[in-house]
Amino acid sequence: MASIGIPANQAPKLNYLNNGHSLKSWLLTTDHKRIALLYLISVTVFFFLGGFFAMLIRLELLTPQGDLMQADTYNKVFTMHGMIMVFFFLIPVVPAVLGNFLVPLMIGAKDLAFPRINLLSWYLYITGGMIFLHCMLTGGVDTGWTFYTPFSTDYTNTKIVEAGLAIFLAGFSSIFTGLNFIVTIHRMRAPGLTWDRLPLFIWANYATSLVMILGTPVIAITIVLVAVERLFHLGIFDPRLGGDPLLFQHLFWFYSHPAVYIMILPSMGVISELIACFARKRVFGYKFVALSSVAIAVFGFLVWAHHMFVAGISLYAAMIFSFLSFSVGVPSAVKVFNWTATLYKGSISYATPMLYAFGFIGLFTIGGLTGLMLATIGIDVHVTDTYFVVAHFHYVMVGGVLMGYLGGLHFWWPKMTGRMYPEAWAKLSALLVFVGFNLTFFPQFILGYVGMPRRYWQYPPEFQALNVLSTAGASILAVGYLLPMIYFVWSLRYGAIADANPWAAAGLEWKTTSPPPTFNFDETPVVTWEAYNYDEIPHKERRAPVAG
Amino acid sequence: MQDSQATTSQATVQVTTAEHEAHNPALVHQFADAEQQKNAASLGMWLFLVTEIMFFGGMFCAYLIYRLKYFNAFAAGSQSLAIKWGAINTAVLIVSSVTVVLAIYAIRFGRKKLTVAFLVVTVLLGFVFLGIKSIEYTDKFREHHVPGANFHFTENFDDNGKQIPVNPNEVQLFFSLYFAMTGMHALHMIIGISLMSTLAVLTWRGHYSAEYYTPLENAGLYWHLVDIIWIYLFPLLYLISRHT
Repeated sequence: MASIGIPANQAPKLNYLNNGHSLKSWLLTTDHKRIALLYLISVTVFFFLGGFFAMLIRLELLTPQGDLMQADTYNKVFTMHGMIMVFFFLIPVVPAVLGNFLVPLMIGAKDLAFPRINLLSWYLYITGGMIFLHCMLTGGVDTGWTFYTPFSTDYTNTKIVEAGLAIFLAGFSSIFTGLNFIVTIHRMRAPGLTWDRLPLFIWANYATSLVMILGTPVIAITIVLVAVERLFHLGIFDPRLGGDPLLFQHLFWFYSHPAVYIMILPSMGVISELIACFARKRVFGYKFVALSSVAIAVFGFLVWAHHMFVAGISLYAAMIFSFLSFSVGVPSAVKVFNWTATLYKGSISYATPMLYAFGFIGLFTIGGLTGLMLATIGIDVHVTDTYFVVAHFHYVMVGGVLMGYLGGLHFWWPKMTGRMYPEAWAKLSALLVFVGFNLTFFPQFILGYVGMPRRYWQYPPEFQALNVLSTAGASILAVGYLLPMIYFVWSLRYGAIADANPWAAAGLEWKTTSPPPTFNFDETPVVTWEAYNYDEIPHKERRAPVAG
Repeated sequence: MQDSQATTSQATVQVTTAEHEAHNPALVHQFADAEQQKNAASLGMWLFLVTEIMFFGGMFCAYLIYRLKYFNAFAAGSQSLAIKWGAINTAVLIVSSVTVVLAIYAIRFGRKKLTVAFLVVTVLLGFVFLGIKSIEYTDKFREHHVPGANFHFTENFDDNGKQIPVNPNEVQLFFSLYFAMTGMHALHMIIGISLMSTLAVLTWRGHYSAEYYTPLENAGLYWHLVDIIWIYLFPLLYLISRHT
């Protein structure tokens, strides 16, 4: 390879980043770490694109009148925001970036089980993304991200089939990621790394992968049926031909509700790692936290019809789905309580990743509890399709998923790049994100509860004060998201050099160099300890070197 | 678990692919030994088959719901299908699954030519299936049973010539599902035929041996799954609603 012939003491240690510099060595790489970086760049692009549409929405809603755009444009803008954020950001973000990078490292493997399929899955994602961008630039879609029939099959004249194809391809990308993770976790763990010694991030990604491979094919066939119905008028969802639009909603939510757990579970895994490291303690009730991930994945498949309480399903079905939706609260609460119990008598420090972890616990708790309100049929009927629902799922997806992702990205940034991020700036941005987020979305709970419906471009003037607050919060949030983008890039060149384990953290990924060599470990590790054995790890100089 | 213990040695820093190729050309770098690689590939294939079942599951679910809802229409639509062709196709697919098994059996003994022969027979049977399917589709097209503007259904008589009252829209729904399900199945057959043809060529060129034939085994699993899906489609579409 590149270092052959160069004396070892002069050349910098060969790692996955400097092992080949050509464009080809990146675009045709089968190294899971490089693929993770490819995903990192592409999901970031989609995140800012989706964020751009979010800003358009908030700007339009600054005033009660439709002054920035009219109804048709607004419909397209919120649809683009939703589709990009759900299918091209939230679903891939933690598994495909952090998971891809960390799953083999955390279990002491050289790579995922199927590196070429891993690369294929990035290409599927990118192809889907490109098709979606083309669809967006040539007219977009206006159905909302849920593309309900019969609107999507009969009435709208926007590019449903093209957007469907894009989502279909992105879906197969996540099927292959999930398949790869499951096989890798089953077959490639280092000697001694038994299931009850696995990091909780691995458990979380395992549960996520189960949802990915069981749920995603259903949305794939649903999209195919919508497309053929639109092209050939088959009538499977068309009541005039005897079909039933409710069948579409059942099939759609059979995937799209579990998809919420595809988004949140890996972030929960990140939080378990962060809490343990920055409280210097083994996660309280390790087995329960591990199995609660699997429980959420299983229960998650049994609750989809709570999206359809007002759609005309039978009252008894609604009651059963309401009850089952409550049951998801149990494993979720197990996690929150156990994280909190881990903090008890811990030696807590407040580095940026920990700030995000705290943010996650608080915001996810609010998002989760309002979820229980929505699972209550009586309240749901009152707030269906209002901003209450919008606020609820943003608390889970932005307050939860994104907080976990950013916390994890800061935590593992030194491992991924060999550089520290600037701690002071990072703390500032964590604060901005937290404040901006709450200012954006908390008013929406109130707005929704007093009756402001979602997906309208104008609203009665009495709602304006809260909408102005929300838009102001969104601006702060935008700054909070732009800052990391800037200082992460800055740190690549100017950040302090990170050693192998800047946080004195447990976990196999910290036992190799930063950044790791191409095949991850100089020697295959043999695991003889339990996960999060922080009582055995010396405190050393705990603070990470602070640069800038 | 025993599989996790499999990772051994490889203490050297950068194991080049060249070193690997020296002892086993089929072993890729991320695996410690051939057994781990084979286990991983086979688990991966089974998981993929699970996703295929979920994929078809959406359509099976739609079919069962509408069959319960519009029983007479589905019975009438079902009776208009050519049971003869359906039955022959079922037999063709079952035989093709046998030839796949025989191909894998042959490669275990290193009989490469025999393996290729069985794979070729499998591919041919796949084409026979598609040919018969296209005869059926053509008939449906001639009878105006293809959903759309020209859909027309007058064959709603039972075996005694008695008219069954049906709503043509509901019968059209039956044919929508019939074409969606058998069409998706046929697409999988086409993929399977391409797969088997490729493997026949690769076997001919000596890529597989008694020691290493994982791709053959996995492709065989895929072929069996596509076969099994048909085994379900045939009674659901052709048989169970025949006598109301």
